[in-house]
Amino acid sequence: MEVIDLAWWKLGLAALLVLALAGTGYLARLGITRSLLIAALRTIIQLALIGLVLEALFASSEFYWIALLALIMLLVAGREVVARQGRRLRGWWAFSIGTGAMFVSSFAVTVLALAVVIGPEPWYAPQYAIPLLGMMLGNTMTGVSLALDRLNESVWRQRAVIENRLMLGQTSQQALEDIRRDAMRSGMMPSINAMAAAGIVSLPGMMTGQILAGSPPAVAVKYQILVMLIITVGTGFGSLMAVSWGGRRLFDERERLRLDRLVKP
Amino acid sequence: MSGPSGSGKSRLLRAVADLEPHDGRVSLGDTGQLDIPAHQWRSRVVMVPADSQWWFDDVGGHFPDEAKAGLPSALGFTPEVMGWSVSRLSSGERQRLALWRALALEPEALLLDEPTANLDNDSTEALEIWLLDEIRRRQIAVLWVAHDPAQIHRVADAHYRIHGTTLERVDGGH
Repeated sequence: MEVIDLAWWKLGLAALLVLALAGTGYLARLGITRSLLIAALRTIIQLALIGLVLEALFASSEFYWIALLALIMLLVAGREVVARQGRRLRGWWAFSIGTGAMFVSSFAVTVLALAVVIGPEPWYAPQYAIPLLGMMLGNTMTGVSLALDRLNESVWRQRAVIENRLMLGQTSQQALEDIRRDAMRSGMMPSINAMAAAGIVSLPGMMTGQILAGSPPAVAVKYQILVMLIITVGTGFGSLMAVSWGGRRLFDERERLRLDRLVKP
Repeated sequence: MSGPSGSGKSRLLRAVADLEPHDGRVSLGDTGQLDIPAHQWRSRVVMVPADSQWWFDDVGGHFPDEAKAGLPSALGFTPEVMGWSVSRLSSGERQRLALWRALALEPEALLLDEPTANLDNDSTEALEIWLLDEIRRRQIAVLWVAHDPAQIHRVADAHYRIHGTTLERVDGGH
């Protein structure tokens, strides 16, 4: 089955609808017109550019170009994790911990899924590697930033409790136990909820895209199951590492709570 | 130990408990503060802050089993208090239970930050008697922050006042 290509002028029709929404919003004084238009414009430009990049990448299939794109994706995700935390660790720590956790978990799981489960030739074939890594990073980013945000915010609010627990001779790990558990839970909740609702409440985007592109639904479903499982694994290990490293950095070598290492931007 | 508010009484206690970075040297007998892991130091030198914190829903969750059973009647609680929810406790009750929570760890030194701040006069004296008895029986070294001269006179072996950046000895004790 051949995919129906979309002509650019047909996308213009969809853009006109957005303009109509913006016009209505302006007349009704909803105050979202500006951000709506900017976001729509960004979507068009960013996706058009990545389309060009992917076309070039698929044509060359050189490993170092793929690695470079993967690195850029990781760094942008790392920046986003920092931006999404209300209180964050001072200096490079916030960026390093978030990026490090995402790197270890999403790259390890993606490479494993590529090399062992899917097995394209070569294993880094960009048609498989880039979309898979993109989905992994996007979800791990959400999990890691939610977990770190929760960790820092709870520690800040509950400093008196943590210090009282330390005064009673608990180790820093014991004093942080409940907060760490909460932070992990908020990092993992989106992927657990997505798995629970998949197929009944929502038709996941990747599977829908594959079906639109002509894949048999049975194949698309298998890929979607694979993707949701590895996304959950990546998010879980990513949040685990971020919370454990971040939690350690909040105490010094004498197990004192060091809130001076947190800044509110 | 006494001193005007904001003079650093609590910070001094926190430094002795190793909760605050400091340049001083603290030792308990022959053991220096930095010679042992911080949590071991803090289970031997236990601090009771002015406002104690409770993180479980039930009072009993904060106490090991022996401490639950051995709750002294002098504190004025029935054993059922261990089943109470923490939100039911008044600030004075929390204060008294926090002292027992610290003593139950069998510390070698206690750092008390205004332990009777939330109590009325009668309970203050009753608590002092019980606390002094426990301290003497267990032979615990105590650093006690207080502001009431009468209380200092009743409980202290030595009285120091924070003056600027120094501690000076006052003869208010006995």
